Amino acid sequence: MRGPIASGSILLLGVFVLLKFILPLFTAPLPASLIYLYMTLTFSGIMIFGTMSASSLESLMGPVFRFLSGEGQSGTSKMARLAVLVLFPLLVGWQTYTSLAPSDLPPAENRTIHPAPPGEFVGLANPYQKNEANINMGKGLYAAYCSPCHGANYDGKGPAAPGFNPPPANFADPGTIAQLQESYLFWRIKKGGVGLPVEAMPWKSAMPRWEVELPDEFIWKIIMGEYDGAHQSPRTWEEEE
Amino acid sequence: MKSADQIQQSSVTRFLEKMPTIVKCVSFLSVLLLPVIALAAGADTKPMSVEYRDVPWIGSRNLIWIVAQQHLLLAGFVLGVPIFAWVCEIVGWKTGEKRYDNLAKEFTKLLTSAYATTALFGGILLFLLIGLYPKLMAYLSEMFFPSFMIYCLLFLAETAVLYMYWYGWDYMQGNKKAFHLFLGFLLNLFALGIMAIPNSWATFQASPVVVADGDAWVRAWTAMQNPTWMPVNIHRLIANVVLGGFIVGAYAGIRYLLAVSQEEREHYDWMGYVGNFIGVFGMLPLPFAGYWLMREVYQYNQQMGITLMGGFLAWLFILQAMLIGVLFLGANYYFWMGIAHRIPGSEKQYKKPIMAMLVILLLCLGVWMTPHTLVASLAEAQKMGGTHHPLLGVFGVMSAKMTVANIMILVTFMSFIMYWRAGKQETAGWAKAAKVMMNVLLAIAGIAVIVLGVWGYFVPAIIRINYFSVAQVLIVGFIMVTFTPLTWLLLKSAKTTTEMVWGKMPIRAGYSLVLNAVMVILLMSLMGYARSSSRVHWHIYGVMRDTSEYAFSPALGYAAAFMSLNTFVYCLLVSFIFWVATLGDKAKAQQAKAEMSDVPAGAAPTMAGGAPSSRENIESGILENHK
Repeated sequence: MRGPIASGSILLLGVFVLLKFILPLFTAPLPASLIYLYMTLTFSGIMIFGTMSASSLESLMGPVFRFLSGEGQSGTSKMARLAVLVLFPLLVGWQTYTSLAPSDLPPAENRTIHPAPPGEFVGLANPYQKNEANINMGKGLYAAYCSPCHGANYDGKGPAAPGFNPPPANFADPGTIAQLQESYLFWRIKKGGVGLPVEAMPWKSAMPRWEVELPDEFIWKIIMGEYDGAHQSPRTWEEEE
Repeated sequence: MKSADQIQQSSVTRFLEKMPTIVKCVSFLSVLLLPVIALAAGADTKPMSVEYRDVPWIGSRNLIWIVAQQHLLLAGFVLGVPIFAWVCEIVGWKTGEKRYDNLAKEFTKLLTSAYATTALFGGILLFLLIGLYPKLMAYLSEMFFPSFMIYCLLFLAETAVLYMYWYGWDYMQGNKKAFHLFLGFLLNLFALGIMAIPNSWATFQASPVVVADGDAWVRAWTAMQNPTWMPVNIHRLIANVVLGGFIVGAYAGIRYLLAVSQEEREHYDWMGYVGNFIGVFGMLPLPFAGYWLMREVYQYNQQMGITLMGGFLAWLFILQAMLIGVLFLGANYYFWMGIAHRIPGSEKQYKKPIMAMLVILLLCLGVWMTPHTLVASLAEAQKMGGTHHPLLGVFGVMSAKMTVANIMILVTFMSFIMYWRAGKQETAGWAKAAKVMMNVLLAIAGIAVIVLGVWGYFVPAIIRINYFSVAQVLIVGFIMVTFTPLTWLLLKSAKTTTEMVWGKMPIRAGYSLVLNAVMVILLMSLMGYARSSSRVHWHIYGVMRDTSEYAFSPALGYAAAFMSLNTFVYCLLVSFIFWVATLGDKAKAQQAKAEMSDVPAGAAPTMAGGAPSSRENIESGILENHK
């Protein structure tokens, strides 16, 4: 039997197995929220395709309606219908209970990684010229102050990194410093984790407040070295010559 | 026998009579009481020193939120409908097809009914703003007073033209039609001004500019030309067409579900198709307009840009992706159902392309909805090395979002082309070559959009924003402007293999039209909140600080509840307006039915273009529809 119900069920199962078990073989496991999202999309696709025409609707939903209506059923199919009618509400109830029951696990967090910077840091430009000397000085400072956590390869894998959760930022990832202006990095380095607003959960960042140790000049040069070393460019409104 | 007007009046009277007196009194008093209480709250202070007044229980900000959102949604409908009503009228005039003229008139009927309510909400909003936020309104009046005057004049002109346009419809036919079309043009021109002027007040609050010395006119004009004014104008203009199209579609969907005769079903099926087409037509360029607006916001102020797209409001854009995704899926679903039901025999032919399109749309939607920062438990975050997934995290940035948005637009456009070509056989000698060329171009365009999207990760942001994103939009635009005339030329000489049958859509088609309208209303409520909240604790960003007790951004859950409330209230309002607007139709239908019953059996004429509306036919039609 290869009706739309069987095909749809196989597809749903296949997508679930892919996301839950196969993908983690190659990369980090996906969070449940993402698996749920992709499964919902798959289910929507099955329903959309299955209800396109009268014949596809009949093939997909006809057996379901007939099974649930119980018309002309006897023996095993009757028992199966009763089992579904009893087990399905129980499943919903169990799902509701598990989502509402108190747990010793902390709730799923919704942390804002890149919150808006304070007004005084908006629009600042790097006052130091982007030349080899400054970049090299920045890289040297980076090696001394930043690389223990953020890594010599700018990938967030420094020797101290395993001690932190969440781990230090990976600057080589195009989703981090490449999305930000230099002034943003200046704020983050200068004020550190404690300078984050509440939505960014300052208690979840171990970034030191470097303004107590480094002058602004060093910070600006570190930023320069960081972008160059990670092969990224800061977000600007002017194109480089 | 009662006339249509008498029946209409008696229906309204009956409705009011049925309403309990206590409910009437409480409703009336509660409306009167709110501002009175607010005035009393500020009575102990000197009149000029009052900066804010509050409204008990609901709060001044929430009251403004509801009224402003209702006004904006109603205004969106009122300003969007005349655009396509006028275009529809031109099509009817040019082709000589009366059904287009009738449809344009039906659109205008809905517009006329909603116009007064829009103005009413505008008035309420103004009074509430003056009463509850006197300090802000004094500042804005000082800055924009000359534009207030222009706005009033435009409103007067718009009202006068609308009266002439609507009431003169039947009179201005034949050789007077050109003048009627000119009135339609004026209606849209004034509507554009009515939309643009208040936009300048609202956008000035978000992106104020330095206003140099000068007379009041110069100062007002300088303040109007703020950085986000034009992007918001364009964005709203397109969004109004989308809103209008989908609401008209929903109206047609409901009328289709309620239709009892085949003639009605055919008409509202066609109207639903036109509404959906208008909505989709507007939806295709809308993401580009939105992208331009966000670019201007970022360029104006990095802090505001990050608050919106990276900060605490970033989750709204995931919700936006979900709503837009449902809208795209809903609109395409309606097209595909049209192929399956209106063009008998096409289902098998188009099954595979439809499946391919659906898979592409869902994959794109999956990418669009994947957040940059994932919601994860502590254990999950630990395994991922943070809340940013090392592989799927790349979907969270603009390069990925722009790419999938462009592909979804391309797929939706091709859905429409497929619908257009269904049931026809091209006969031109060059048809085969043209189709091959179209397929090749489509494949190249798709690949180019993806390549630019991936390449966007490896270039500086400014290169991606200024060149790659623009190139993606141009590629998709190129496909649209070349395929549309080419398809038209192909079909000009094509022979029809299967005649399109109207009025055969299943009931879920009507519901999908309603779903699209609800999604677009929710979407506008969502982005209305995002735009206002991006100012955070400022009435006028960086200029006038909000010092009221409401100088905080409401939590996203709280805001979501308000968006839902606003959507629900708006749907109720629109339903009420449309119900009132169609009371006359029902009365006429009843009258016609009564007259028909006076005719001896067997002498009833067949309705033009439809089957005799015998009870049997109606019932069999309903059963057919509900299959």
